[in-house]
Amino acid sequence: MKRSTVGPWIAFGLGALYFLIPLIATFEFSLRMRRGTYSFDAYAVVFADPRFQASFSYSVLLALITIVLGVMLVVPTAYFIRLRLPKLAPLVEFITLLPLVIPAIVIVFGYLRLYNSSSWLPFTSNARATDLLLAFGYVTLALPYMYRAVDTGMRAIDVRTLTEAAESLGASWATILFRVIFPNVKVAILSGAFITFAVVMGEFTFASLLDRPAFGPYLQLIGANRAYEPAALAIIAFLVTWACMGLLQLVLAGARVARQR
Amino acid sequence: MAFLDITGVRKAYGPNTVVHHVDLAIERGEFVSFLGPSGCGKTTTLRMVAGFETPSAGRVVIDGKDVTPLRPNQRNIGMVFQAYALFPNMTVAENVGFGLKVAGKPPAEIAPRVEEMLRLIKLPQLGGRYPYQLSGGQQQRVALARALAIKPKILLLDEPLSALDAKIRVSLREEIRAVQRQLGITTIYVTHDQEEALSMSDRIVVMNEGRIEQIGTPFEIYNFPRTRFVASFVGTLNLLEATVAPGGGRLEIDGQPVIARDGINGAAPGTSLTVALRPEAITITDAGGDRNRLAGTVEEVSFLGSVIRIRVRFRDNAVSLDTFNDPAIAPPERGKPVTVSFAHGDVHVLGAA
Repeated sequence: MKRSTVGPWIAFGLGALYFLIPLIATFEFSLRMRRGTYSFDAYAVVFADPRFQASFSYSVLLALITIVLGVMLVVPTAYFIRLRLPKLAPLVEFITLLPLVIPAIVIVFGYLRLYNSSSWLPFTSNARATDLLLAFGYVTLALPYMYRAVDTGMRAIDVRTLTEAAESLGASWATILFRVIFPNVKVAILSGAFITFAVVMGEFTFASLLDRPAFGPYLQLIGANRAYEPAALAIIAFLVTWACMGLLQLVLAGARVARQR
Repeated sequence: MAFLDITGVRKAYGPNTVVHHVDLAIERGEFVSFLGPSGCGKTTTLRMVAGFETPSAGRVVIDGKDVTPLRPNQRNIGMVFQAYALFPNMTVAENVGFGLKVAGKPPAEIAPRVEEMLRLIKLPQLGGRYPYQLSGGQQQRVALARALAIKPKILLLDEPLSALDAKIRVSLREEIRAVQRQLGITTIYVTHDQEEALSMSDRIVVMNEGRIEQIGTPFEIYNFPRTRFVASFVGTLNLLEATVAPGGGRLEIDGQPVIARDGINGAAPGTSLTVALRPEAITITDAGGDRNRLAGTVEEVSFLGSVIRIRVRFRDNAVSLDTFNDPAIAPPERGKPVTVSFAHGDVHVLGAA
C-alpha cells in the first residue's frame, strides 16, 4: 500500500515558508535602496564601507585563531579521555555543554570581573590582550560543537588499538598524535572548525561588551542607524554561514565517498 | 638463560588479580601459544611482555635485558592485533614502512625493506592501496608485515585470526607459521582456539583464571593433560563418573568393570572418581585383545562429513566417539545396542568426582 505523502509535504511546505518568507522579504528590501527600481546599491555601500572590511576581516582572523586554539585544546583532551581516562568522559561532556546553558552575557561579565585592569590578570588593560581574551571566550562558546565533532570522529576509529600499534612500532606520543590520530580525525576537526567559524562570525555579546571591532557589533551599529544596508548585511552574513555549512557538507560527503570506495 | 624470561609476573587491578605469578622461559626462535578461555589472563600476560601493562610484580627479560620499566616504544617488539589496527590514512606501503620512518631511517633504506616485507606476505602489488580497499585477511597480512618490518626481537600476536572467517583462518595460520619459521623469530601467539594452538605451536601454555595450568608440546598437552581443566579445554573429552569396585584396584562405570593402566592409587572401594576418555580412543568395532568393553545403546549419530560422531549411552554415563565415514558401511541406527571398547592406557583418572 502506498502511503499518502500529502501530510509530510504540507509540514515541509509550512516549515519552508516560515524560513524562506523573512529571507526573501529581507533580500527584496535590501534591493530597494534606489527609488523605483531594484539595485545592489545597498551591497555596494556595505562593501565600500571601510568599517565593514575592517570588522569582517577582524572577525575572520579571530575565527581562525579560535579554531586553532580550540583544536589544540580539544583534540588532545578528547584523545586522552578516550585512551586513558574514559571515566572522566561524562564530566568533560558536561563541562563542554555548559556554554550552551550559561548565557554569553554571564560569561562575559565574569570575564570583566576577573580580568579587569586592576585584577591579577589584567586582560582588558590593552587592546591586544582583550583580543586574546575574546578568542578564549570564543573557544569556550564553540566548545560544545568542537568537542562533539572531534569525539565523534575519534569514536569512528579505534583510538586505543591504533595508539598501541603505533607505540609498538616505536612511535612517541607526539608522533602518534600528529601522524596517526590527527589525520584520521581530520574530517571531524574540519566540521568542528566550520561550525566554530559560523559561531564566531555572528557573535555579538562578547565582542560588544569587550568593546572589540568585530562583525557582530558592526551589524548592530548599522542596523540601528541605516535603512537598507542592514538588510544587505543580514543577507551577506547569512550567505557566509551558508557557505560554511555547504563546505561542511562537502567535506563530510567527500569523507563518506572515500570510505565507501 | 632463555631468550625471553617471564619471572614471577603478577597483575592486579585493585583487589582483582588477573594474573597470578606466571613463570615462563621461551627460547630463541620458539613459537609459543597462550591458550585459554576469555578472561584467563593470556592477553594481559602478552600485554605485559609488550609493555602496554605494567606488572604489579615480577620481571620481563628479553635477550638478557630487563625491559620491565621500558615503554612499549622502547622494547623493539612487533605486535599484531585482533582488529588489524592498520592506519587508515596511510597506504599499505606507508603502513609497513611506518616503524622504519619513525626510527628515522632514510627513504632509500625503507623502500626496499617494505618491498621485501610485501613479498614475504605475498602481496607485492598492493603497496599503493589503502586499508579499506583490502579484505580482512589481506589487512592482517599487512599488519604482520608492518610488525616484522622493524626487525623486532619478539613477535606478539593477540588473537590475530579471530575476526576472520574459517577458511581464511586456516590458510593464514599456515602462512603465519611459515613466515615465522623462515625468519626464525621468537613468537608468542594468544588464542582461545585450541585447533590453532595445537597446529601452530612448538609449545603451548594453557592458562586458566590467571594461572598457568600446563606447559608442553601440542602432543603432550593433548595426550597427557595434567589437570582436569586442560583435559576438558583441549580437545573433546568424555568425562565419566566411575566408582572403585568392591575389593579395590578396579573401576566400575554404570556397573560394568573398567581397568585403568594408570591405577587408582589405592582409592578405597566405593570412592567416586572422574575418568576421561578421548573420542578417538574409543572404537565401536571390536578391535580384539585385552581392552575395556562397555555395552550400551546408540543415542545420537551426527554425520560430520569425513567423520561420524556417535553418542553411546550406558546408564548414567554416555560417551561420544568418532569413526571415519566409510561409504560401504551405513552408520549405526539410533537405539541399537552396541559395545564400545578402549585400551586400558586411554583411561585417564582425573581424581575424586
